[in-house]
Amino acid sequence: MASDEPIIRVRGLVTRFGANTIHDGLDLDIKRGEIMALVGGSGSGKSVLLRTLIGLKKQEGGSIEIFGRDMAKLDEDERRAVQERWGVLFQNGALFSALTVAQNVRVPFSEHTRLSSKLVGDLIRLKIRMVGLPPEAGAKYASELSGGMIKRAALARALALDPEIVFLDEPTAGLDPISAAAFDQLIDDLQKSLNLTVVIVTHDLDTLAAITHRIAVLVDKHIIVGTLQELMQLDHPWIKSYFHGPRGRAAFVQGR
Amino acid sequence: MAIATDSPKTLEISRDGSQVTLALRGRVVLARVEALARDLGAVDTRGAASVAVDFRAVEALDSAGAWVLYRFMRPLRQSGVAVELAHASEAQTALMARMDPGAERRTLQRVMISPVRALIERLGHGTVEALNEARRLLSFFGLTAVTILRAVTSPRRVRLISFLSHVERVGLDAMPIVGLLSFLIGVVLAYQGADQLRAFGAEVLTVNLLGVTVLREIGVLMTAIMVAGRSGSAFTAEIGTMKVNDEVDAMQTLGIDPMEVLVLPRLFAMMVALPLLAFYANVMAIMGGGMMCVLELGVTPPQFLAQLREAVTLTQLTVGLVKAPFFAFLIAMVGCYEGLKVGGSAESVGLHTTQSVVVSIFLVIVADALFSILFSWLKI
Repeated sequence: MASDEPIIRVRGLVTRFGANTIHDGLDLDIKRGEIMALVGGSGSGKSVLLRTLIGLKKQEGGSIEIFGRDMAKLDEDERRAVQERWGVLFQNGALFSALTVAQNVRVPFSEHTRLSSKLVGDLIRLKIRMVGLPPEAGAKYASELSGGMIKRAALARALALDPEIVFLDEPTAGLDPISAAAFDQLIDDLQKSLNLTVVIVTHDLDTLAAITHRIAVLVDKHIIVGTLQELMQLDHPWIKSYFHGPRGRAAFVQGR
Repeated sequence: MAIATDSPKTLEISRDGSQVTLALRGRVVLARVEALARDLGAVDTRGAASVAVDFRAVEALDSAGAWVLYRFMRPLRQSGVAVELAHASEAQTALMARMDPGAERRTLQRVMISPVRALIERLGHGTVEALNEARRLLSFFGLTAVTILRAVTSPRRVRLISFLSHVERVGLDAMPIVGLLSFLIGVVLAYQGADQLRAFGAEVLTVNLLGVTVLREIGVLMTAIMVAGRSGSAFTAEIGTMKVNDEVDAMQTLGIDPMEVLVLPRLFAMMVALPLLAFYANVMAIMGGGMMCVLELGVTPPQFLAQLREAVTLTQLTVGLVKAPFFAFLIAMVGCYEGLKVGGSAESVGLHTTQSVVVSIFLVIVADALFSILFSWLKI
């Protein structure tokens, strides 16, 4: 289902924190309609890469093209137009604590669209249902929800405007294995029915085995991309211990 | 990929007897659903036996588009019209199937209450909550008293380092701001007093006015208010942040009593630092007022000091300073209590910090009024 046209094209990306170089000339292509995972050890810059892609951190060099447009060269209005076309799920949900779930999902609509409030209300209920939350969850605040429900609510907000790309930062971290598997299934389902491009930062080997099409491994400030099978053949020490370690074996033997 | 509407119409309607065909075209997406909903609303399906929705020319379908189509189809299906999705891809059919809410319960009903009743309810809630709060604060005082007694019987339990560090933060670090503000208050008091007393030719009594008001009331009260705003709030924020991080729970599981580690050092530090600060504030306020007297009334510094000695006695000073430990107790108690009440979110820290400042200043002023009554009853 993935077409060959890259929806995200990163070339020669350099990011630094002070003197500490995180990425040094990193290239990455993400195709339309694929689920791409970003993996790497702690401190390898997965989350930094994600934050750089969505424009929360400025790169020191290189270019990021999303939907064929160089993100560094856009003005404010053009940026907003591009932002409408992606959704972001932050690690801890980042639901606005002063708003209910339904109000959280409404935020993108009221910022970016001028639809009638009846239609928006319908769409909010639809999104809440699509992510598998019960209808009464819409009236609740984040503090009244469990971790899994917060992630679902945050996903509903990320999907509000029917984006073409969703960025997920550790979507299954902190969930129990059953909820995590259900969340993986949900992402897979939604990806298929909405033809989403999904970029997942994850540590969850089960997620990798279950739903990702390709995996980008961040090692030594660069990136190595391949399918799970391809990466398992590679002879890089970190990748080897990642995929062939005890946890990796357990996840991938069942996954294949 | 342009967002602008490239084709003029998303919907084309054709009718053949009882068969209605709706041909969709282009991008059936969020940006165009409102127009589509309008067009669908205008479709005449009276007498139709079957409706076919043709997806052949659909470039993109998202969930908003699918929802609008579903909303159009549902009443038709319910009234027995056959609705067919023609030429829909597998993904499009799957997406359309997702729109069906199934047996979704409609539980989102709001109960309407009359505004008068809501007001009375709120008043009642507020009153009961305030009384409960007072009761809880009182029981926290009791808990603290018990902890103090335990600490007295085994002094090893008092955390000396923590105590000293809080004395430094509450007392020493507050000296610049407390000193400056007290100095300015002295200036203002002397200036205003001199202005009024001049009318009676009694400018020299400005010194008496300054000495008595500062020592008895203003010095210690202003210091307490400033410390409540500066350190009482800090106590709440520090302890509250620890609550949010579950640090307080962690202490309990490690067998450490949070009252002993968090509350007592802060309480003792406050009770040591506030009287010292209050004395220092008295000195600064009198210096400020004295400077004003020298500049404005033309009294020389030795004359000022002589007049001051006439005006104030040691009693005035002690009457003021004796209140300081009580104020300190209230501020530290409220600060720690509100901090321990923080629960859940970072938002709650902010809420309780504000609450802490409001309640402690309120209690300080109430206590000050009670002291006034007590002293007048004792004829001091």
